[in-house]
Amino acid sequence: MIQESLTQLSIQPPQSVASPVAQMLWLIPALPVVASGVIALLKQPRRRTASSLAIGSLALSSLLALVAFAHVVTLWAHGDQTRETVNFTWFRFAATHVDLGWVLDPLSSVMLVMVTFVGLLIFIYSTGYMAHDENFTRFFCFLSLFAGGMLGVVIANSLLLLFMSWEIVGLTSYLLIGFWYQKPSAAAAAKKAFLTTRIGDVFFLLGIVWLFAQTGTLLLYNNGNGSMEPGALAGLLAQPAQMGLTAAGAIGLLIFAGAAGKSGQFPLHVWLPDAMEGPTPVSALIHAATMVAAGVYLIARVYPLMQAGALAGGSTTALSVVTWVGAFTAVFAALIAVAQNDIKRILAYSTVSQLGYMMAGLGMGGVAVGMFHLITHAFFKALLFMGAGSVIHGCHEEQDIRRMGGLRSDMPATFLTYAIGMLALCGFPLLFSGFWSKDGILESAQHWSVARGPLYMLVFGAFLTAFYMTRQVGYVFLGTWRGHKPAHESPAVMTVPLAVLAFFAMTLGLIGTPAWPWFRGFIESRPVPFEWHGFLEPGLLALMGTSTVVVFVGLGLGLWLYGGQAPSPEQPDILERAVPVPWAWFRDRLYVDEIYAVTVVAFYGWWARVADWLDRRVWGGAVAGVSWIFRGWAHFNRFLDMNWVDGSFDKGCEELASGGGLLSRAQNGRVQSYLRILALSVVVLVAILIWSSLP
Amino acid sequence: MSFVFFLIAALTLVGGLAAILLKNTVHCALALTVAFAGLAVMFLELDAQFAGFAQILVYIGAVAILVVFAILLTRNAETPKDGIYSRNWFAGLVIAAGVFAVLGWAVVHSTRVLPHETATPTVMVLDIGNALIGRYVLPLEIVALLLTAALIGAVIVAMHEKEAAK
Amino acid sequence: MNPLTAYLLVAALLFAIGLAGALTRRNAILVLIGIELMLNAANLNLIAFWRYGPHPEALTGMMFAIFSIAVAAAEAAVGLGLVISIHRHAKTTDLDAMNRMKG
Repeated sequence: MIQESLTQLSIQPPQSVASPVAQMLWLIPALPVVASGVIALLKQPRRRTASSLAIGSLALSSLLALVAFAHVVTLWAHGDQTRETVNFTWFRFAATHVDLGWVLDPLSSVMLVMVTFVGLLIFIYSTGYMAHDENFTRFFCFLSLFAGGMLGVVIANSLLLLFMSWEIVGLTSYLLIGFWYQKPSAAAAAKKAFLTTRIGDVFFLLGIVWLFAQTGTLLLYNNGNGSMEPGALAGLLAQPAQMGLTAAGAIGLLIFAGAAGKSGQFPLHVWLPDAMEGPTPVSALIHAATMVAAGVYLIARVYPLMQAGALAGGSTTALSVVTWVGAFTAVFAALIAVAQNDIKRILAYSTVSQLGYMMAGLGMGGVAVGMFHLITHAFFKALLFMGAGSVIHGCHEEQDIRRMGGLRSDMPATFLTYAIGMLALCGFPLLFSGFWSKDGILESAQHWSVARGPLYMLVFGAFLTAFYMTRQVGYVFLGTWRGHKPAHESPAVMTVPLAVLAFFAMTLGLIGTPAWPWFRGFIESRPVPFEWHGFLEPGLLALMGTSTVVVFVGLGLGLWLYGGQAPSPEQPDILERAVPVPWAWFRDRLYVDEIYAVTVVAFYGWWARVADWLDRRVWGGAVAGVSWIFRGWAHFNRFLDMNWVDGSFDKGCEELASGGGLLSRAQNGRVQSYLRILALSVVVLVAILIWSSLP
Repeated sequence: MSFVFFLIAALTLVGGLAAILLKNTVHCALALTVAFAGLAVMFLELDAQFAGFAQILVYIGAVAILVVFAILLTRNAETPKDGIYSRNWFAGLVIAAGVFAVLGWAVVHSTRVLPHETATPTVMVLDIGNALIGRYVLPLEIVALLLTAALIGAVIVAMHEKEAAK
Repeated sequence: MNPLTAYLLVAALLFAIGLAGALTRRNAILVLIGIELMLNAANLNLIAFWRYGPHPEALTGMMFAIFSIAVAAAEAAVGLGLVISIHRHAKTTDLDAMNRMKG
C-alpha cells in the first residue's frame, strides 16, 4: 500500500495565485481578535453581549474553517496541489524585507477545523460554567483573544507571524491561568507558566533568528524560496555537521525547545499541572486541546527542517531527540498521574503524558501519525476536562477525588460521556478513536530503525494510562458518595457539548484505521483507497493484540483495586499501603519542582541579591562618590566666592570708602585752603614746565 | 637801575607787606593805598602815562575807598580770639614763597635779550582813543557790559533784606 | 641785570606778597586786598613787557593793563558787596568760620 501510494505522488507546478478561499483565510483568526477588542471596551454587566460576541465570532471562524477544509479536500480529491500560500511584505529596511503570510494546506485546514470546533463547544460550555462568576466579560475577552492567537499560529506561513501569535497565546494563557488572581496560588501558577514557557520561547527565538539568517527568508513556503522548501534546506545541509548535528538539526532542536516549553515536555513540564488553578474551561481549551498542542503542531510545521538530511527510511539526530524526550515524558508523567488525588491534576499529567506520545509519534512516524493523535486527543481530552468541570460544579467546587464517589447514579449524563472519553484515552480497542491513533504511534515505533526503547516505554505508558484513568473513574463515579452535600447533575448547556465531543471521540478513529488511512493520505496529499488488507501489514495485528491486552490488564487492575468501595479520605490508598515509598515519590511529582527550587530558583535569587548588592554598593557607591566630589567642589567654590571674591570686593569697597573719607577732608568749606591748593598746583605745574624745558 | 627805581620799588613792597601784616584792617587799607601809589609811579617810570593815571584814578580813587568803606561796614567790636592769621598760616607762607621762587627763577633764567631798552615810546591819548574804538572795540563793549552787570550785581548783593523783600 | 628783569622781579615779589596775604589772613576783606595786590603785580608785568618788548607802538600791553584795571575794579566792587552781605548774615568776616560748604 505504501509503495503504491508513493508512485502516485504527482508533482504539480506550484500555484501562482491563491484561490479566494485562501485569500480570506486571515479572517479566521481576525474575527475572534476583533471580538476580544470589542468585549474589552464593554462594561462589566454586559454578559450576554460578551458571550454572544465571542461565540458568534468563533462560530463564523468555524464556518470559514469548514469551507477552507472542504476546499482543500476538493483539491486533494482531484489530485491538485493542496498547498496555497498568501504572502506579503510588511515592511522593508535596507536590503532585507519582513514578510508575513498564511498557508492553507491539509495540515493547517485540519487543525483549523479542530481548534474552531472544539473551541466553539468550550465557549458554549463556559457560559454555563462561569455563569456565577462576576468577571464573566473579562473571561470571554481573554478567551476570544486566545482563540485568535491560536488560529494565527495555525495558519502562519511566516516565522514572524508564527512567533507573534505564539506570544499572544502565551500571554492569554498567563491571563487565563491567573484569572482568579486574588488567589495567591493562581497568581503564582500563572507566573510559573509564563516563565517556564518563556525559557522555551528564548530558544525558539534563537532558532527562528538562525533560520532567518541562514536562509534569508522568514516565509516557510514561497514558491520554492521558502525555508521549508528543498532549496533552502539544501543550503542548510551544505555546511558540515558538527557532532553529528547539521545546521538544520541544530535549528530544529532549538525550535523543539520552544515546542517542549509550550507542550510540557520534560523538563519544562512543571507549569502544566499548576495551570489547573485556572477555570476548567480554560484547562479544557488551552491545556488539553489547543495551546499545548501548538508545540506538536509547530514541530509538524517545521518537519521538513527536522527531517532534512535523513537517509531513506532513516532518522536525523533532531528527530531522535524529539522521540526520546517524548517517550520519556510519556512514562514519567503517567507514573506521577497514578498517585495524584486532584481530579484535574490527574488529567493534567495525563495530558503531559499524551503530548509525549504525540512527540514520539512525530519523531518516529512523521507528521500524519503525530497529528492524528493530536486531533483525537483534543476531542477526548477536552471532553474529559469538561466532564471534570461538570463533576466539580456538581460537587459544589470539590476537586479531591477522595471526597467524591457514586456519581454514576447522581450525574448519569456526565458519567456516560466521561466514560467514553476515558476509554478513548486508554485506547479501548476498535470502538474508540484513541485506540487507532495510539496504535499508529506504536506501529511507527515498531518500525523505527534507530532503537526499540521507545516502543517498550510507550507500551508501558499505555498500561499506566489505563490504570490511572480507571483509578480516577473508580474514585469519582463508582462506589458510594463520600462528600458532604449531595451532588447534582449539570445543566444542559454543559452536558450537550459533552455529548457532542463524546460522539467525535468515538467516530474520529474511523478516518485513521490501517484499512482506510484517510487522514494520513490527506495530510501527505496522496489518494487513499479503502483496502481491508491494510490490516495484514507484517506485525500490525500482533501489535494491535498486544496493546489490547495491555489496556485490558490496566483496566482490570484498576477495577479490581478501585472498582469497589473506595476508601475514605483519611485512609491511605490501597496501592499506597502496598508500596509506600514509590507511591510517595509519585505523589510528590518526582521532586522536579523541588529540584528546580533548589537549583535554578535559588541561583536566580542569589544572582538577584548579587546584582542588588552591585547596584547599591558598587554603582551606587560610584555615583555617590561622584556626587560627593561635586559637593566638595561646590563647597570649595562657595568658600572661594565668599572669602576671596566677595572678600576682595568688600575690601576694595571699604578702601574706596575710607579713601573717599580721606579725600573729603580736603573739602573743608574754607576758601583759603582751596586757594592754597590752587596756588600749590600752579607752582607744581610751572615747576614741571620749567623742568621739562630745560635743555 | 636808578636810585629812584629802588626807592619806589621799596615803597611799593613795604606798602604791600604792611597791607597784609598789620593788625588794624583800616591801616591795611591805607597801606594798600600807598602800594597803589607806588605802582602808579612805576607806571609813569615805564612811560605808560595813561596807565599810571588810570591807576591813580581807579585804584586809589575808587577801589581803595571801596575797601575802606567795606572795612568800616564790617567792623566787629573785638578782634577774633584766635588771632588775625588763619590756621595753617605757615602753609600759606610756604606756598607763597614757593610761587616767588618759581617765578623768580623763571625770570632770572629767561630774559637775556632786551630789544628796546633805550627807545622811548610816545603814546598819545589820541592813539589810545583810536585803539579803543578801532582795534579794541569789542573788548571795550564787553567791559562796558561787564561793568554794568557788576554794578547791578553789587547793588543787589549788598542790598538790605528789607528792601529786597519789597 | 637789565631793567626788565628788575621790574619783573618786583612784580613777582609783589605777587608773592599778595598771595601770602590772601592765604594767611583771617579776614575776608584782607584776602581781597591780597588779590588786588596780585592783580596789580600782573599789571606791572604787562606794562614792563610792553615797554621793553617789541612793537610798543601797537599798544597791546597798555590796553591789556587798562582793561585789567577796569575788570579789577568791577571785581572789587562785587567781591566787597558779597563780603558785606555775608557779614550781614553771619555777623563775622572770619573765613575760618565760613565752612558751610564743607564736603
